[in-house]
Amino acid sequence: MTNNQQEYQLVVGLEIHAELKTASKMFCGCRNDPFAAPQPNIHTCPVCLGLLGGLPVPNKKAIEWTVKLGLALNCQVNLFSKFDRKHYFYPDLPKGYQISQYDIPFCYHGRLDTPQGTVKVRRIHLEEDTGKLLHKTIDGRAQSLIDFNRSGVPLVEIVTEPDITSADQAKAFARQVRQIVRYLDISNADMEQGGMRLEANVSMKTASRPQLPNYKVEIKNINSFRFLEQAIEHERRRQRKILDSGRTPDQSTRGWDADAQQTVSQRSKEEAQDYRYFPDPDIPPIRLTPATVDRLNKELPELPAAKLERWQRQYQLEERFAQPMAAERHQAEWLDEVLAAAARTDLPANRLVSALVNKKITVEPGTDPEQVIAAYHQLTSSDEVDSTQLAAAIDQVLADNPDAVTKYQAGQDQLLNFLLGQTIAAIKRRDKLDVDAKAVRTALQARLKDLIRPGRSATS
Amino acid sequence: MTSLKTPSLPNRLTIAQALELLRAKQLSHQELYQALRQQISQSNDQLNVYLAQEPEAEEIAHRYADLPLKGLPLAVKDNFSTQRLVTTASSKILDAYRPPYESTVTRRLQQAGGVVLGKTNLDAWAHGSSTETSDFGRSLNPRNTEYLPGGSSGGSAAAVAADLCLGSIGSETAGSIRQPASWCGVVGLKPSYGRVSRYGVVPMGSSLDSPGPITKTVEDAALLLNAMAGHDPLDATTSPQAVPDFTRALGQSIKGFKIGVLYLDTPGLEEVAPVYHHQLQVLSELGAELEPASGLEPRLAISVYTVVQRGEVSSNLAKLDGIRYGRDRSYFGGEAKRRILLGTFTLSKGYADKYYVLAQQVRTLFVQDFERLFQRYDVLVSPSTPGYAKKIGASEGATMFGELEDMLAEPSSITGLPGVSVPCYRDEASNLYLGLNVVAPMWREDLVIQVADAFERHTPWNCWRSPDWARSAHADNNRSPNHD
Repeated sequence: MTNNQQEYQLVVGLEIHAELKTASKMFCGCRNDPFAAPQPNIHTCPVCLGLLGGLPVPNKKAIEWTVKLGLALNCQVNLFSKFDRKHYFYPDLPKGYQISQYDIPFCYHGRLDTPQGTVKVRRIHLEEDTGKLLHKTIDGRAQSLIDFNRSGVPLVEIVTEPDITSADQAKAFARQVRQIVRYLDISNADMEQGGMRLEANVSMKTASRPQLPNYKVEIKNINSFRFLEQAIEHERRRQRKILDSGRTPDQSTRGWDADAQQTVSQRSKEEAQDYRYFPDPDIPPIRLTPATVDRLNKELPELPAAKLERWQRQYQLEERFAQPMAAERHQAEWLDEVLAAAARTDLPANRLVSALVNKKITVEPGTDPEQVIAAYHQLTSSDEVDSTQLAAAIDQVLADNPDAVTKYQAGQDQLLNFLLGQTIAAIKRRDKLDVDAKAVRTALQARLKDLIRPGRSATS
Repeated sequence: MTSLKTPSLPNRLTIAQALELLRAKQLSHQELYQALRQQISQSNDQLNVYLAQEPEAEEIAHRYADLPLKGLPLAVKDNFSTQRLVTTASSKILDAYRPPYESTVTRRLQQAGGVVLGKTNLDAWAHGSSTETSDFGRSLNPRNTEYLPGGSSGGSAAAVAADLCLGSIGSETAGSIRQPASWCGVVGLKPSYGRVSRYGVVPMGSSLDSPGPITKTVEDAALLLNAMAGHDPLDATTSPQAVPDFTRALGQSIKGFKIGVLYLDTPGLEEVAPVYHHQLQVLSELGAELEPASGLEPRLAISVYTVVQRGEVSSNLAKLDGIRYGRDRSYFGGEAKRRILLGTFTLSKGYADKYYVLAQQVRTLFVQDFERLFQRYDVLVSPSTPGYAKKIGASEGATMFGELEDMLAEPSSITGLPGVSVPCYRDEASNLYLGLNVVAPMWREDLVIQVADAFERHTPWNCWRSPDWARSAHADNNRSPNHD
């Protein structure tokens, strides 16, 4: 370790793949259901098997969904786009090339706000997934088998700018993306099954210099948010060590070894591939009309960020209660109905939602809002039954603050608010309960009234 | 409707004739298929036309008797996927490949009542213009067996010329239908790109490949095109527009047509140019207005075609990775290897802009050039090839053999235009033919059929329409012996 250690800034860009859940595959009529298929190689045809003479016909729905995702991530949409062939050899790629998009993706120049700052989205393009290799031992011999059920499944790739500055932010971004694709109902985004896959490009720059570093390390095939965070964090420490010693980390591709808790080298830059991209002559260019984009924009559901903002504005709902309820679209939309019903009866949104979040009311999402409100009333009335707790807290506060009581009794009404605050704080502290301020105020006023009756002085 | 005479052997019938005789019950499937079997057993070993034959052709024909094509026997180039017959593309890599699915073209022909009698030889992967790159040996030109039939659809053209079928199917990337048709003295029609589905055709140059009929007469070509053409939901590059009945263009006057004559002054054509000038007069006599026209230099099209097609070939053959289809890449012949290497190079990073992108830009210039020409002309005519068929062995060691032979078809191929080659002269000494290439704007196959049909009906060069031409004294005297 040298004395003149630099301050480094982490530079991270993400590539996120998500399989779209269209009914059929990207370029053929085969069923798009690779995870539930009862047998390998049953959802296949000449096109997704890459047979000679098979021709791709693009799935319109997959294209529209990609555009929707782009609109949800505040992207521009290319009204003229095309598919390109990306060539490489791998046994799970039957044509010897993958149909992808090279220089004209459907969407570009987007952004998504994370709690740690805005992340720009460079592009979103559409491509086809590969088959799946299975390595098995059959009759004592190691065998590699190929299942083409997944071959040709539509796959969107979201590529960010290197705007991400921490592992935490990378995780937040990826989570938000998953939340959005689920809101859009275009992908199950199941990480464990590989329906959503993460790659991180990680490097470190000197904090004082604005330029990007002259190297990057690609971490491939990360299949959980936790691993993403751990892998980036590990890379940060690894690269820092190298930089501190005055060297530059190698441009390379690495993978995350969850058992060893470290990234491991997979490929160095010498083996960098030339994919020989060219426009797929089997697929005419795709032309979208502004009217189509407009329609897709109108079809977008209210997205999580907008929902939280509106709940705040409309119901003064605090983010800590709102956030968990917005996690999933069907739950959030149900909560919208509950909040609207609650507002009609002047029920305090924060108390109601906090009761839901803290499972004080246990109802399934989708339950009739009236039933939810009834359950809430039952909960709060059972709070009143527990009036001994409230009475005990009030008595304690009054005993601890004799001056305030005397002054209130002498006509300084504003001290009621002070005593009220103390009481609520005491209840929260002791019983970990949220209380209805109105109810406490009423009980407090009643108790103070009692006190001024002759012979019942609290100070005696 | 025609002045055709019924030949003594049913295999010498045209499709139109056979349909008429079958309808009139003057011909049976048995007679027809027996004659074919006999002819095939006599000459297939020598000509090397069929790589595979349907053993139950006649039985199938009986089942198709009530369909429009009534169970007529067709030869199909061996790059169309057929479930019943091995599909090799004339490459040893595929010598045991039986596709699990049917190409759209053969499916449609069968649905219309055509029987796939057999699969015909081609240049391996359709790479060539001679059939000499076939891994199963070259085919011979039935007009003169010292000569090549041309290619890549050489087997299909030879099958027609030798009466080993009533009609055949080929595919053209640039000249692969029209050049062998020209060399074999038969009719070859290359439809507009996107008019006929490529689904199930072993891909070569995907942005160029156009399946089409090779037949005895223009009329037969129209009949087969009717059965093949039209939008295919399995091929995104097929056009959704409606398909006209192409037979309606038959027997129509071409009076008042403006026809541009292309390429006769191209270097290398000195020998045959006078023949074309002479033969083209019949079009003027039929009331068309002929005029020398000039288009972009066809040699430029060779460059465009070579770069685009090699790039697409290198990509399309990537699936032959040795994991499926039985044999590995070492079984590729020399021509395929050369094309894969050149295509891989021209698509490589740093070179794609220089070659592939530039070629596509020049391709656009050709499109614009034809648009300009078609503002003035209804159709364009030119020689189909620079000359007569070449002798066997001619392609060996000549790596640009095909490009030079197909030079005159390449401008219309890279622009996707429809064209037909119709026999326009026969050299008595060699018994070899020249072909006239008629090209029309996109989707106007009807125009090329109309003009080629008129030419065919008013000249003696079609040996099925004029079976006794051989007895005529001199070619020049019998240019129009049997006007309708």
